[in-house]
Amino acid sequence: MDRAAEPATLLIAPTGGGKTLSGFLPSLIELADGKHDGLHTIYVSPLKALAADIKRNLGTPITDMDLPIRVEDRTGDTSYTQKRRQRADPPHILLTTPESLALLVSYEDAPRMFKGVQRVIIDEIHALAESKRGDQLLLALSRIQSIAPDLRRVGLSATVEDPDQIARSLARNPDPCPIVRADPGPDPDISMLITDEKPPWSGGGAKYSIPSVLELVKQHKTTLIFHNTRAQAEIFFHNLWLANDESLPIGIHHGSLSRDQRAKVETAMTHGELRAIVCTGSLDLGIDWGDVDLVIQIGAPKNVKRLIQRIGRANHHYNAPSKAVLVPANRFEVVECVAALQAAKDHDLDGDPPSPGPKDVLCQHILIAACAGPFRATDLYHEVKSVGAYANLSRAEFDDCLDFCATGGYALRAYDKWKRLKETNGQWHLRDPRSCAQIRMNLGTIFDHETLKVKFKRAPKTLGEIEESFAATLTQGDTFLIGGQIVRYEGLNQLTVEVSRQKGREPKVATFNGTKFSTSTQLSQRILQLFQQNNWPDLPDHTSEWLSMQRDYSKLPEPGRLLVETFPQDGREHMVVYGFAGINAHRTLGLILTQRMEAAGLNPLGFVVTDYALMIWGLDEVTDPASLLDPQNMYYGLETWLQGNAVMKRTFRIAATIAGLIDRNTRQGRKTGRQATFSSDILYDTLAKYDPEHLMLRITREEAMRGMVDFGRIEEMLNRTKGQVDHVKLDRITPLAAPLFLEPGRIPVWGEGREKLLQDRAAALMDDAGLSDL
Amino acid sequence: MSDYNFTFAGAALVARADGSLWWPHERLLCVSDLHLGKSERVARRGGAMLPPYDTEETLSRLKAAIDVTAPATVICLGDSFDDLDAANAVTDDVRATITTLQAGCEWVWIEGNHDPGPVDFGGSHCADLVRGAVIFQHIAETEATRASGEISGHYHPKASLPGIAARACFLITKNRIILPAFGAYTGGLSISNPVFDPWIDEQTRAVLIGKVATPVPANAILKQR
Repeated sequence: MDRAAEPATLLIAPTGGGKTLSGFLPSLIELADGKHDGLHTIYVSPLKALAADIKRNLGTPITDMDLPIRVEDRTGDTSYTQKRRQRADPPHILLTTPESLALLVSYEDAPRMFKGVQRVIIDEIHALAESKRGDQLLLALSRIQSIAPDLRRVGLSATVEDPDQIARSLARNPDPCPIVRADPGPDPDISMLITDEKPPWSGGGAKYSIPSVLELVKQHKTTLIFHNTRAQAEIFFHNLWLANDESLPIGIHHGSLSRDQRAKVETAMTHGELRAIVCTGSLDLGIDWGDVDLVIQIGAPKNVKRLIQRIGRANHHYNAPSKAVLVPANRFEVVECVAALQAAKDHDLDGDPPSPGPKDVLCQHILIAACAGPFRATDLYHEVKSVGAYANLSRAEFDDCLDFCATGGYALRAYDKWKRLKETNGQWHLRDPRSCAQIRMNLGTIFDHETLKVKFKRAPKTLGEIEESFAATLTQGDTFLIGGQIVRYEGLNQLTVEVSRQKGREPKVATFNGTKFSTSTQLSQRILQLFQQNNWPDLPDHTSEWLSMQRDYSKLPEPGRLLVETFPQDGREHMVVYGFAGINAHRTLGLILTQRMEAAGLNPLGFVVTDYALMIWGLDEVTDPASLLDPQNMYYGLETWLQGNAVMKRTFRIAATIAGLIDRNTRQGRKTGRQATFSSDILYDTLAKYDPEHLMLRITREEAMRGMVDFGRIEEMLNRTKGQVDHVKLDRITPLAAPLFLEPGRIPVWGEGREKLLQDRAAALMDDAGLSDL
Repeated sequence: MSDYNFTFAGAALVARADGSLWWPHERLLCVSDLHLGKSERVARRGGAMLPPYDTEETLSRLKAAIDVTAPATVICLGDSFDDLDAANAVTDDVRATITTLQAGCEWVWIEGNHDPGPVDFGGSHCADLVRGAVIFQHIAETEATRASGEISGHYHPKASLPGIAARACFLITKNRIILPAFGAYTGGLSISNPVFDPWIDEQTRAVLIGKVATPVPANAILKQR
């Protein structure tokens, strides 16, 4: 309360500390006399559901005390008429999301709406801080702050590794931002599940743990069972029910399920009707679910910070320790879980260094500003620089983005007549007012994978959604899991996947949403350090014996060196690189190395990656891995490989959509059967050919280095090991390499092979149809 | 071997891997849906500022096809320009490139729905053109049979096989050919779209273009869906 007058305050409290309501107290007091006219407080949360939750929670004190305060929410779900009314007659407290707020800022009447705003509350700011949504939100706030200079900012965050960083991004640069820390409460009680049955050598399902998990559910009131991917959650849920003899009420909740289905689970949960929920990151954020007294994490947590937040969901009472159990899905994850337990005990939370504000979001912001009305470039530049992430943005970089928005920013040919933005008397404005509708329609930075709805034939209800790329691999009769039931693929009707019920058969594994996050750098380091111990009292016997065998037979990887094993197996030469750089970086490394091996005539046939290693197999033996892994060669390989890479094209599509080069709603075009929309790959190829230094390609390279390509982690690995390659040449497979042979997701090296595959398949089909001689 | 040779209405034709149709006996090259000036048109209407290199790219592809085949006749099968204003707004460079391409051959602009009137370039303009037993027109007729052969564009057909991203394709039936779009900035319409139903029977082939022209039975593609 004493902090209410600060221009910015960050409040850090564990989940369930009542921090959200405390953020509203000053507003309620200021509004109690009924004298404030118009909008007073904006509350922003990353989830629509959270806004609705807060509306309920605020309603009680306001009604009880009979306060003259109007509270309304405004999200993508709010009706058109309600939204219009809100703009004409705003409530005192508006609960909204970053996207809806950005949209409000884009209207011509934004100054009228925001002029009296006193306070903005950003909930779960830690979840926004590392994302483009957060950047967009803070850019929108910089606009609002220009309209309402007295605006005070309050950030609410769960426990984070670097609160100063979040505080810096919350405050208007260079305003100070005091941090208020609530008592973090007692340390959580975390343990690893140890079962009689040993965990398998590979895989992520943790099916072996089902009896023990059921037992834990029985012993507790309400259990959350977290998974790292939706597919794994589906499979686990299915198996859990097969073993659920007592029919304990257990539900499932993840982002691929339909909204109705999720809402049903959420309601049942709030009413205390469920004993357990199998879930994914969709439950990561702080919606209040009542009496959760146990959190189970299936599979290694990959990231200690996320683990701590998930654990925070258990026992929403202030002074009791949260209780959590980690379930390693395979033998290697036993080591990772133990490392994570140690990290949690040491309060060693991992975090990535902040990256500068993304330029695609800035481009969108410039277009949003233009929708609201004419602006001076210098004014907007200084406003943007008041956002922490953009504090170091140079004028030249800003002008680059402005030029991109205005003319497309092309080097060889300019649009002189049909610019999108024009400068008249020093003010930038839209040339064609029709642009507004298109810019607003494309607003936002969330980029979902293209998904298709799944429905039973002739039934209106949506079961959930699957990725288009997964749907493309299905043929009639294939079975997969969705919403906890096995369904049979019948066909595609327009943009809906039609399925029928299928009882009691093993499903074809659901691979939708296969994107994985990598084990964090800090956690990988801890694992490497753990390897250096003489013995491992913390590890179960089966795992410590496995590591001892590896040490006797080959070597254990060391933090400052890079272990490479080569050995023959099944008539193929194998090379294992223990990079500990995470699955995404290893995939990139695999693509670069196999390309270089192909050039060197070593005939690589394929590779497989995990978070800790990369294994490549081929016809010829790699005799000099050190030169293959030479940093100089690596950069060269990256340059040539990146260009035509699918990851680059996907990254480009996202950045180009955010920056306003591509329409978000191309699906509308597809639905109406119009052939006018074309793939963003065409634009990527055109730019790469004619304008390789174009802003969009520069953004794409920067993003890819961090994201799916994750070259940063490869660099980190190279810097860490400084060319110290330990090459161990063996005559057979090693203990640490053995699980890699069981790992799914082997990536074949095609080269011209893929083209050949297409030819053979097409020829066979032509023969079958008797059309070969036409 | 990278092109697909087939017989159509008594003539030996070639579906080229670049998406053009070649009739060796007539020395006739046919391309459809160039959509020249597309980026300019999108910008004019207040849309995104797409990379303005599409016209250049499309014409360089067309030049490559002309250089290899040395045709006596070139037919642009409609929607050659994204609209008539785009046709009038081309730069001097583009105009010069088109003039160079037209040198030494008979050039025919067939009208399309995007460019329904005459354009200010050399060559002849017409709604359709008959050559031997074959008629060239922009949009295919919908009745399943037609006595003679018909060659059209307009629909931008595309198709995919499992594990392989969709590619633009020719759709070839007993008496009808629908060409893929030749323009750089053109999307496609999957041949599983009901629009194509009237033309798909057990004889219909989709010839996927790319590095190699690859024929696939259209029914086999539909069956995957």
